[in-house]
Amino acid sequence: MAGASNPKIIVIGGGLAGLSAVIKIAEKGGHVDLFSIVPVKRSHSVCAQGGINAAKNLKGEGDSAWQHFDDTVYGGDFLANQPPVKSMCEAAPGIIDLLDRMGVPFNRTPEGLLDFRRFGGTLYHRTAFAGATTGQQLLYALDEQVRRHESEGSVTKYEHWEFLSAVLDGKRVCRGICAMDLRSMEVRTFPADAVIIATGGIGAIFGKSTNSVVCTGSAQSALYQQGCYYANGEFIQVHPTSIPGEDKLRLMSESARGEGGRVWVPKQKDDKRDPLSIPELERWYFLEEWYPKYGNLVPRDVATRAIHKVVYEHGLGIDGQPAAYLDLTHVDRATLDRKLEGILEIYEKFVGDDPRETPMKIFPGMHYTMGGLWVDFKQATNIPGLFAAGECEYQYHGANRLGANSLVSCIFGGFTAGPNALAYAKGLAKSAAGVDSSHFDSERKRQVEINAGLMLSDGSENPFRLWRELGELMTRNCTVIRYNKALQETDAKICEFLERFKHINLSDKTNWANTSVVFARQLYNMLQLSRVIAQGAALRNESRGAHYKPDFPERDDKNWLKTTKVSFAPDADEPKFEFEPVDSSLIPPRPRRYDMAK
Amino acid sequence: MNRELRTENSTRTVLFKIKRQASPGSQAYWEEFELPWKRHMNVISSLMDIAANPVTREGKPTTPLTYDSNCLEEVCGSCAMLINGRARMACSALVDNLEQPIRLEPLSKFPVVRDLAVDRSVLFENLKAVKAWIPLDGTYDLGAGPRMSQKQQEEAYPLSRCISCCCCMEVCPQFNEHTGFVGAATISQVRLFNTHPTGEMMKHERLTALMGDGGIQECGYAQNCVEACPKDIPLTRSISDVGREVMKQAVTDFFRR
Repeated sequence: MAGASNPKIIVIGGGLAGLSAVIKIAEKGGHVDLFSIVPVKRSHSVCAQGGINAAKNLKGEGDSAWQHFDDTVYGGDFLANQPPVKSMCEAAPGIIDLLDRMGVPFNRTPEGLLDFRRFGGTLYHRTAFAGATTGQQLLYALDEQVRRHESEGSVTKYEHWEFLSAVLDGKRVCRGICAMDLRSMEVRTFPADAVIIATGGIGAIFGKSTNSVVCTGSAQSALYQQGCYYANGEFIQVHPTSIPGEDKLRLMSESARGEGGRVWVPKQKDDKRDPLSIPELERWYFLEEWYPKYGNLVPRDVATRAIHKVVYEHGLGIDGQPAAYLDLTHVDRATLDRKLEGILEIYEKFVGDDPRETPMKIFPGMHYTMGGLWVDFKQATNIPGLFAAGECEYQYHGANRLGANSLVSCIFGGFTAGPNALAYAKGLAKSAAGVDSSHFDSERKRQVEINAGLMLSDGSENPFRLWRELGELMTRNCTVIRYNKALQETDAKICEFLERFKHINLSDKTNWANTSVVFARQLYNMLQLSRVIAQGAALRNESRGAHYKPDFPERDDKNWLKTTKVSFAPDADEPKFEFEPVDSSLIPPRPRRYDMAK
Repeated sequence: MNRELRTENSTRTVLFKIKRQASPGSQAYWEEFELPWKRHMNVISSLMDIAANPVTREGKPTTPLTYDSNCLEEVCGSCAMLINGRARMACSALVDNLEQPIRLEPLSKFPVVRDLAVDRSVLFENLKAVKAWIPLDGTYDLGAGPRMSQKQQEEAYPLSRCISCCCCMEVCPQFNEHTGFVGAATISQVRLFNTHPTGEMMKHERLTALMGDGGIQECGYAQNCVEACPKDIPLTRSISDVGREVMKQAVTDFFRR
């Protein structure tokens, strides 16, 4: 059969990127099998708070798609290939209109138009928002459209299923996937003419992060081990303002600063006074002092390093603890409730103080990976038939992502991946239905054996404890400040963990809704991917965006204006690095500084 | 951390009593756990601690608990369960605010999958039945959406914050197999879409879906839903507004027959 007349596409992941792809494919007549660990409405996109960027220029500031493009490339320290970033910024205003038509309750101006606020790394009001739960509202709008397509029969959902691997034929072309039912534990293969991966972030590699529980990077890692390139893995965004917790770091959105929030510490060490009783003159608004033009709205990597410096070098953390104040008490209550209620409520519920009355205590926390699966401008990975969109790929944010650009990159990525996957499927010489079943059988067998091996293993290592060790190690050495010696030690330690993994002992060996075996599989993949991060950071001897090495404090365009591309060498069981020039054809790289206007 | 806190850390413990069930058909049983107390611990972080050391209070090795969770910020709606008898989200249940032993049970109105995980797919099916979406011509560029006043946005937004946790259904005396009642969450979504300028175009179909058995008439006005909602959604107001619309619709339909 030539080509697939009624192509079948598989989408993995039901966050913004996955759902965007699903909608485009369903609308163009394709059929989608949608796989997700959680019911798609519970995906991590719900956690995005502050807003979504688009240069609608509704505030008379002269904003434009080009300005958005320039801010994004500049904010990403020139590491992103520029053409797709430009396309994204040009598409953004249309995406906002579409979301508006879908019923997203964006905040309004008195005239009934969309309201926009300021976010980090720009001087324009460019961020549309729905209270402080914008990601939730966007996800719901897409979820509702997908439910419509589902009820019309063009989408089949597989919720509570976890992706295990791609099914590759003899020519290394992706012909479907292997997945596991998280309840019955059944391992099954599913044929498809094209597959789109939209599995989000990798926060779990760092133990505690602002990410959701499902953000383990397991799918990306499995694909990397199957031959997909992984790019720029060393670029990890640490959000300047998170709320430290026992189980996770909860995000305190940049929108708090966008609406006037000010970051400060007491000038005097170990000042025990109630923050509100500390007079203005005895507070140090260090971001405003160091970066007068952008103030509290410098990009995240800049703000994060500043807070680190104030706490660890100046020793001025609140009460000697790793914490700074994020202060909204000067903003009137009605404005706070109208624009920030969702996030203030989180602080109130989890910390117990009302941020309208007392300054919040915050500290930087792992938040986002700029790196991810390598894709071309059509969102295609190097494995034919396999596409990727959203946080799991590397394309739009360079060395540092600007706030409120993630939602737009997810939707734009999904909107690009969907139609391209469909076009690819239609152009296939042979549809998945005609592929030799042995490829499916052997992949299934391989995955079933992994499960059996884990169940039989009777060592002494608890996977959840091993994971905590990994998280502490990665947070200590692979986040804000990086030293080569520590990075090399980190990689050695991960190898030790991989060795210990062989002696794993699952406390649960049952065959129904067994979370231990699922977690152990994820942990193995986290370990493999963490080596990509640690080694990539060790190799890159410069400082760029979120990657900061005190021993190499400057950006080095001569040697390092390059994309890191990593492939897995199965024989050596380790990452293999190569470097690809960055497409800087539209904006020549220039020094990035936020103490003055660009 | 000062020394005083550290000592407190090492001696204080927290007691849990957790209802377990290996699979949908099997017998439920209880297990007790004693965990070291930590500052800011919540029910989910406690379940994570048990997974890292799955041993009961009596020292018997056991399995980690199966439960639903994801965002841990009370916005994904996953981790609803009964905590000391109350339907609520486990991530925002701070241990220091709970009476001990802390009793954890699965929601009682939904089929148990295993331990604390239940199957809540009924809500998503209900949302399908009432067409809880805006009818779009397509996702191509058709310009801006309808203008909306700040007031309209401020009314819609709270309704749109429903996290599908199903707490409102769990606590509703009318939500049971006997009535087949759709529950407050779905009715509130009908109100959300029926008041949107474009969504309104399908108002009739949504109201029709709420007529008859299992529809809005099953509501007994116990008002438990609005008390249980972790997002403070004005559910009873939604029910009375939509109830009135359904009534009007029924009368009009009757005379048009």
